Amino acid sequence: MTQVVAKKQSKPISSYLLRRTKVRLLSILALPMTWIVGVYIVSLFLLLITAFWNVDPFTSLVSPGFNLENFKMVLTVPAYIATSIRTLLIALSVTAICIFFAIPLGIYMAKIAKPWVRNLLAVAITLPLWAGYLVKIIAMRLVFTEEGFFNWAMAPFGIRGPGFSIPIVILTLTYLWFPYMALPVYTAIRQIPPNLFDASSDMGAKGFTTIYRVVFPLITPAVIAGSVFTFSLSLGDYLAARFTGGATQMIGSIIAQNINLNPPVAAAYSMIPIFFIVIYLMVARRTGSLERM
Amino acid sequence: MALIEIRNLAKAFGTVKAVDDVTLDIGSGEFITLLGPSGSGKTTVLRMIAGFEDPDAGSISLAGEDITHLPPFDRDVNTVFQDYALFPHMTIQENVEYGLRTRKVPKVERAKQALDAIASVKLEQTADRLPHQLSGGQRQRIALARALVLRPRVLLLDEPLGALDRQLREEMQIELKKIQRDAGITFIFVTHDQEEAMRMSDRIVVFNEGKVEQVGTPQDVYNKPATRFVAGFLGAANILSGEDAKKIFGKSKTVSIRPERMRLQPSNSKISNDESSVSAVVQEAAFVGANTVYIVETEFGFRLNVSKTNTELLGQDKSFAAGDRVLVVWHNSQAAEIPA
Repeated sequence: MTQVVAKKQSKPISSYLLRRTKVRLLSILALPMTWIVGVYIVSLFLLLITAFWNVDPFTSLVSPGFNLENFKMVLTVPAYIATSIRTLLIALSVTAICIFFAIPLGIYMAKIAKPWVRNLLAVAITLPLWAGYLVKIIAMRLVFTEEGFFNWAMAPFGIRGPGFSIPIVILTLTYLWFPYMALPVYTAIRQIPPNLFDASSDMGAKGFTTIYRVVFPLITPAVIAGSVFTFSLSLGDYLAARFTGGATQMIGSIIAQNINLNPPVAAAYSMIPIFFIVIYLMVARRTGSLERM
Repeated sequence: MALIEIRNLAKAFGTVKAVDDVTLDIGSGEFITLLGPSGSGKTTVLRMIAGFEDPDAGSISLAGEDITHLPPFDRDVNTVFQDYALFPHMTIQENVEYGLRTRKVPKVERAKQALDAIASVKLEQTADRLPHQLSGGQRQRIALARALVLRPRVLLLDEPLGALDRQLREEMQIELKKIQRDAGITFIFVTHDQEEAMRMSDRIVVFNEGKVEQVGTPQDVYNKPATRFVAGFLGAANILSGEDAKKIFGKSKTVSIRPERMRLQPSNSKISNDESSVSAVVQEAAFVGANTVYIVETEFGFRLNVSKTNTELLGQDKSFAAGDRVLVVWHNSQAAEIPA
């Protein structure tokens, strides 16, 4: 009888990689690092460089060089400063409104609603994500236009909408980015062990005390995570302002206007939201919330 | 008057009757254990006393006051939870201060009381740490301190030792009992561990399928089980009923005899007047350290478990092996008749 012995096959690549940990690490990271460094970091860096270049005021021709005029302009011209502050306040308002709605909604979904209501709400929150971004902005435009749904529905009460203006921009952006706040907040509330609610009331705390002392601190990381989205997405948006803001200018609108006429100014101005977000992330980091994201 | 009076308490979850017509009196300063398998309703009764569940029917009164439908924060009872339920974002001291804070105890005073409570469970050095930095046993003690600092009339403990390893659990059993005696607080303790229940309790309430099977001292429930379930749940038991019982006792009844209350003798030996016996053949003899457990088959065909303490060194006992013909002997008083 012949016996077939399975011969152990040699695997040269595997054994080589097993011994050379640095080569292994490099081969794992090669692709993502090419992406991040090559596409993302480099293009950001190019943007930064462009901000120092010159532009010919007559021909709009861009020529390499080094001057600080572009930065001086976006930091000193009152219109630019006002737009920066306006954009910052809009983004902060959107974030605040999202938090304000997401927390009670999350508590209701996670703790009070019956399972089928909870599922229905979860679908209702995520469903708008499936619709196109521009479609949602146009939808808001249709609701608040002069002869739109809002004015028609409110006419019997003598109420008229504000027309396209900052409040409607805030409303539109809130509508656009709310899922990014609501979902992490809801998930975080669901993850709080039910025993903590029992323990809190067992020790004499009524509902609001429990929310304030137990729920808020435990969902802070989720709120920060959500706000990174709502804040940065609002900060960089310009279509909402364009279609529902009337004359409202945001940082994005100005960059969009300058992108062909004066790229260096657009590049310099795009450093402002980046600066805001870096500050925001640093503040978030100080609260220790980013580690738990 | 009993401190806690539970009358005809009932609670269903969907179509499942979790608690079914439970009536129970609990005295002041008593250590009472609700014992039963999982799903027997013991935890639901505890949660209704705490106020976490609203009963469908029946009533609960504490010191004469009806608390059946009061919210948890209006009851003079506190709970130690199974997984401790410490607030993960608060330090140990903040955790222990939590209840004092909701009662608006001034800051200096509540810090003092909390530190005293932490010291009473010998964990002073942990006051500034977060719960996840403590071991399971330490968290358990903090959970206890957090409940005791509020000086409740009744402390509810929901399987508080379930997550601890055996040695730590036995230490905590002794310590809990001591704390209960010293503080004079009524403890209502939920467990599925019958040994733990017998070790600690003044009285045991045995639950099964939402109903109370028996209430009594550990000796009562062990020696005089009221139902087949109790006999089987607390320790091992030989339960004889129907035809088997008729052959031995002359009439059909249900009788429980503990394996350690029977002994084996050589088949030709004598027994005294107040003893009974049945002849049998040893099927299996298992040495388990302190004891040897025999499974024997009687002349009537049914099997019995007999447990013998291994005291061979004294030279008094004879061991038997599989195949030996023996006489299974017990004192008549050890055959506990089960009424139901």
